[in-house]
Amino acid sequence: MIAIEILRFSVPLALAALGEVVSERAGLINIGLEGIMLASALVGYAVAASTGRPELGLLAGLIAGVVVAALQALLTVGFGLDQVVSGVAINLLALGGTSTVFRRQIGTPNPSPTLPTLGGLDIGPVLVLVLAVAVGWGLFRTKIGLQMRASGEAPRSLEAIGASVKKIRWMAALVAGAFAGLAGAYLTVGLTQTFVENATAGRGFMAIALVTFGRWKPLWVVLASVLVGGAEVLQYRLQLAGLGVPTPILLLTPYLVALIVLVAAGRGAGAPAMLGRAYERSHG
Amino acid sequence: MVGVAAALVAVLAVFGLPVGSSLASLWNGSFGTPLGLSRSLVKASPLLLCGLGIGIAWKAGVFNIGGEGQFIVGGLFGGIALVVFRGAPPFVLTLLILVSAAMGGAMFAGIASWMHQKRGVSVVISTILLNFVAVQLLLFAVQGPLKQTRDSLPQSETVPEAIRLARMSPQSDVHAGLLIALAVLVALIVWTRNSVAAKELALVGSAPRVARANGISAENVQRRAMAISGALCGLAAGTEYLGINTVLDQGFSQQFGFLAIPVALMGMLSPTGIAVSSLGFGALYAGSQQMGRFERGGDTVIFVVQAVLVIGLLIANRPRQTEASA
Repeated sequence: MIAIEILRFSVPLALAALGEVVSERAGLINIGLEGIMLASALVGYAVAASTGRPELGLLAGLIAGVVVAALQALLTVGFGLDQVVSGVAINLLALGGTSTVFRRQIGTPNPSPTLPTLGGLDIGPVLVLVLAVAVGWGLFRTKIGLQMRASGEAPRSLEAIGASVKKIRWMAALVAGAFAGLAGAYLTVGLTQTFVENATAGRGFMAIALVTFGRWKPLWVVLASVLVGGAEVLQYRLQLAGLGVPTPILLLTPYLVALIVLVAAGRGAGAPAMLGRAYERSHG
Repeated sequence: MVGVAAALVAVLAVFGLPVGSSLASLWNGSFGTPLGLSRSLVKASPLLLCGLGIGIAWKAGVFNIGGEGQFIVGGLFGGIALVVFRGAPPFVLTLLILVSAAMGGAMFAGIASWMHQKRGVSVVISTILLNFVAVQLLLFAVQGPLKQTRDSLPQSETVPEAIRLARMSPQSDVHAGLLIALAVLVALIVWTRNSVAAKELALVGSAPRVARANGISAENVQRRAMAISGALCGLAAGTEYLGINTVLDQGFSQQFGFLAIPVALMGMLSPTGIAVSSLGFGALYAGSQQMGRFERGGDTVIFVVQAVLVIGLLIANRPRQTEASA
């Protein structure tokens, strides 16, 4: 079933992008998302393959995601360093770290066990739906969500009512890390059952673009992920069908679609006002 | 230097590589032997050009993550120029290829500028996406329009001997591209010290409000900075194409555009600093390839070392006060 395949391929993108919505709403652009996913993809695969239990793989990936996200938050929130620069460093760290560990410890990977399915569908797409609703509810219907959004829009006002911008941003970063971790682990444990170097191959970067694409709204972001996941599946199908469309052109499509939508959407409202800016109490 | 050594030893130990023998092969593969030194210079030369390019954009407050894409499109334009200007005399053709490569990089960077200034799309996001587009464009070109006709290998025609950049000696791969990179370096040092435009560029990057109050158009300055940035990454590709690779294929890019970001950061975005850091990173790169011959993961572990160095530098120089720019 192509529909199920599209849904499953959208899961890593959608999960990572949902976490990124939380992060960006709180004012943090998580450029290290690609690296967090990559680290979790390796940890998730390794745990699933060695224990024979895929659900433990997902859990381990989630934890790995939180750990790497904490390292990034230490730089961006703790030290107030530039978010783009810190994210670039995290990505480099994860790429080098996972490749080295993989070469030295694993070498030739055995396939990890598959997740249990119901009617061809595993837990991934269900998780996406539940978590999308949870993120929407959490951000727009709870006090902590309001504080997170304030941290991205008007951090000084947040501080003025006695809340700590740093604390709120730390929380948002760790939540985003958990989502990215789950996304990376699902990629290897749920989809490919193996790990290759640079396994994420740009999916984390794509997820960042999808958040802009989906105007920082959880459900729109999920829809955008399904669109791009669909383009990915379509490209595999067309390649197999051998219609003579050059492979690079097919591989190009998701990125081109994302770029065109970003251009078409233009300078819309929706971006958190203080996105990407460090917050220093001494300013206020 | 002490910091670099400490980071190296710590990272090697953490990843379980034998520290002593790894350091020995790293040294032999970089500064320790004439061959290693020449390999370090070969890697340092494109890193210097790309690093200067990334540095100038970031200095102007434009987070160009697209050095890799601009490098690839530069190479692609170089390959196209070889076909288009086929009849030109050798020296002229070499120049035309280098100029085309620079223009290709600048134009590709221009797309990101346009998307940012006219459509409000963040440069970070657009350049990341454009990197992936560039990779596929190159693959498409070498499988189709630019493919050589000898056999079925997906690569372009080989650059004729007469058009390549001259080698310094038959024993080494160091080529005239290094001189080009050094010339650009000198030009940028002079420009940075003496021109009003360079001061405006730095002002737009560090204090956008002050710049605006002084009637400086941030849009113009940032668009120009981005164009120069792309041009230098493209030029780097042109020199690699004519000096080292001599064909376009899947492996054309060795991630110089990507590695140029830590190079520029370690060089504190100043031309002289970037010159030093590109030499250091070039040596690490060349030495790590030697390490990789003896130890599994000996080449990939170097990314970790670079990341640790960048993070260490960032923390050491963390700002007390920030005026970030979009």
